[in-house]
Amino acid sequence: MQLKEYLLSLKKESPNLKVDRGGGMKVFVLAKHAADPESEIKVSSDGKNVETSGLIFDINDWDRYAIEEGIRIKEKIGGEVVVVGVGKNCDDTLRKCLAMGADRAIKIPVDTNDAYQIAELIKKAIEKEKFDLIIAGYMSQDMNYSLVGALLAGMLNLPFATAVTSLKIDGGKVVAVRELEGGYKEEVELQIPCLITVQSGINEPRYVSVMGIKRARTKEIREVKLELPPSAVNILKIYPPPIKLAEILTGDASQIAAKIVEIVKSRGLI
Amino acid sequence: MFKSTDFYCIDELLTEEERLIRNSVREFLEKEVVQLISEAWHKEEPLNFREIGKKFGKIGMLGTFIPEEYECPGMNYTSFGIICQEVERVDSALRSFVAVTSGLVMYPIWKYGSEEQRKKYLPKLARGEIIGCFGMTEPDVGSDPASMRTSAKKSGDGWILNGTKTWISEADIADIAVVWARDVDDGRIKGFIVEKGMQGFKQAAIVKKGSMRAGGVGELYLSNCRVPEENRLPDAVGLRTALSCLDQARFGIAWGAIGAAIDCYETALNYAKERRQFGAPIAAYQLIQAKLVDMLAEITKGQLIAWRLGRLMDVGKATPEQISLAKRNNVRVARFCARTAREILGANGISLDYSPIRHMANIESVYTYEGTDDIHTLILGRYITGIQAFRRELQL
Ligand SMILES: Cc1cc2nc3c(=O)[nH]c(=O)nc-3n(C[C@H](O)[C@H](O)[C@H](O)COP(=O)(O)OP(=O)(O)OC[C@H]3O[C@@H](n4cnc5c(N)ncnc54)[C@H](O)[C@@H]3O)c2cc1C
Repeated sequence: MQLKEYLLSLKKESPNLKVDRGGGMKVFVLAKHAADPESEIKVSSDGKNVETSGLIFDINDWDRYAIEEGIRIKEKIGGEVVVVGVGKNCDDTLRKCLAMGADRAIKIPVDTNDAYQIAELIKKAIEKEKFDLIIAGYMSQDMNYSLVGALLAGMLNLPFATAVTSLKIDGGKVVAVRELEGGYKEEVELQIPCLITVQSGINEPRYVSVMGIKRARTKEIREVKLELPPSAVNILKIYPPPIKLAEILTGDASQIAAKIVEIVKSRGLI
Repeated sequence: MFKSTDFYCIDELLTEEERLIRNSVREFLEKEVVQLISEAWHKEEPLNFREIGKKFGKIGMLGTFIPEEYECPGMNYTSFGIICQEVERVDSALRSFVAVTSGLVMYPIWKYGSEEQRKKYLPKLARGEIIGCFGMTEPDVGSDPASMRTSAKKSGDGWILNGTKTWISEADIADIAVVWARDVDDGRIKGFIVEKGMQGFKQAAIVKKGSMRAGGVGELYLSNCRVPEENRLPDAVGLRTALSCLDQARFGIAWGAIGAAIDCYETALNYAKERRQFGAPIAAYQLIQAKLVDMLAEITKGQLIAWRLGRLMDVGKATPEQISLAKRNNVRVARFCARTAREILGANGISLDYSPIRHMANIESVYTYEGTDDIHTLILGRYITGIQAFRRELQL
């Protein structure tokens, strides 16, 4: 079987196909309430975690673009935007997405940073829903796995494209431009329903307005209680990056040159 | 995303919505405004409020507490306070713009204006499409507005206004001015909406300021200026109505000043940890630590005052005296922190590349406007003793 046919055959099995697209697109957006890598990061005493005190949490940067893209699709062709978050304390991020313009939110109050578990939880929470498109961020600013989107697509039997930098909806298809290494681009076509992960810069996310925050008051955040599925990953150790030393050389040109020679020699470079 | 000085976890006393407002305003300012300030201040080329005002409007930063029926955000006072704090972290001129627009222009139109006036002006002011100013101070009348000289004389179906207003924020660029004048017939102070271009109305900028250089301030000249009756605020009669507007703006200052103080403290703390003298970071020395701790303690007290005052305003219970105490205290905190931070930065504290000296100069305006520090002392003194000490009969 050709890959395309194979993918199409998967489509038929997919229970999520929203048959009637008269009312626009139904878009699910994944948004992580993630630790800001710029905040104070300390390895916890067991050496396998990061201390949460001192961490600042906010919507994962890539997910800001994901939610903006979802809202833009809705503004253009109508439909619904549903935002999904995993974590006991993800309300601020969900509320932010609702304030930006999402219609409703699903919260899965389970704490984990394991990509497989997260994808599994999301799959369980949304598998009974109908949708046309799932948009996730390319990666999360804390764990850097770039896995949740791809894993979820696999679990739901959906075609997917990662690192998308522009997106067009064309009837029953999504035309996505992907970013490759070295500035190359790849244009792919996906049958709906499908999943994409967006690269930052795909759009210019709007600021949350006070009016948006008020409108979000009446929007629903539905909690879906689920058990934490087993994890396949065992973290052995988390450790900080080595401290990089920098030195500002002072003195006149010949003194500085002499010091540079000394440093380069001491590293065995000459 | 942003961590801010919050030693007593006052953040936890805010609602999820209020925190979201703060983060959004901060994100916007960091991305679009912060980088414009130092140059604007240095050259005394005020920020372009026509452009920035529209962006503020989109986010809901203008007239935040005015109801939705006038196309305003309809949020609470604490949210207005939070917005003031965030903008003043960046520069006091931004807070002046927000507090003047919301408290001194939109508030009187909302409270004392006719329904037509509200519908005509409030939505445009909230969107930042038009800019307003508030004209109370005169060349010979500052702390004692009861002796206001600008006159209003009823004439046919309108009024004739005469007088000069000075030190008016945004006077030179304003599209409308809420002007206070004494009705020569009944001796009472009344409020008028004077529009740019009206016959006999002129506007000018005051330059060579040593403070608030990123914002505009100026003068309004009324020379037989004809203002139609429909531009008079029908319910603004008596000095008390004018002073009630000041309460709104003073509330904004109480929050805002702490923003400037926090920026100074954080700048000084970071600097002290990095700057090395005598073989160690200056933060390692007790004298520097004491200064930093004093700043943090003052800021924390100021934050608590601002927060509590916000909640009292939210339920309509704050008294003018409580607002006075908060304005007086928190501006003092900002003045102290700006000066102390400037000191910790040594010679670099003299450079506009660092914010403290700019805040330090700005705060001098804040210390003086909306009731000088002295005037708030007298307001509180009168309140607790029952004896006014503002005026005395001099036998010369
Ligand atoms: C940047 C800036 C923006 C401004 N924007 C506006 C605006 O938008 N609208 C507006 O109407 N005004 C505005 N003002 C004016 C401001 O409100 C006045 O400057 C303020 O009310 C003080 O008045 P004054 O300058 O005339 O000082 P004065 O009243 O002349 O005071 C001089 C000194 O005497 C002290 N003093 C006065 N009376 C007493 C007393 N009874 N007992 C003890 N001490 C006393 C004062 O505290 C002060 O130290 C602005 C000022 C500045 C600097």
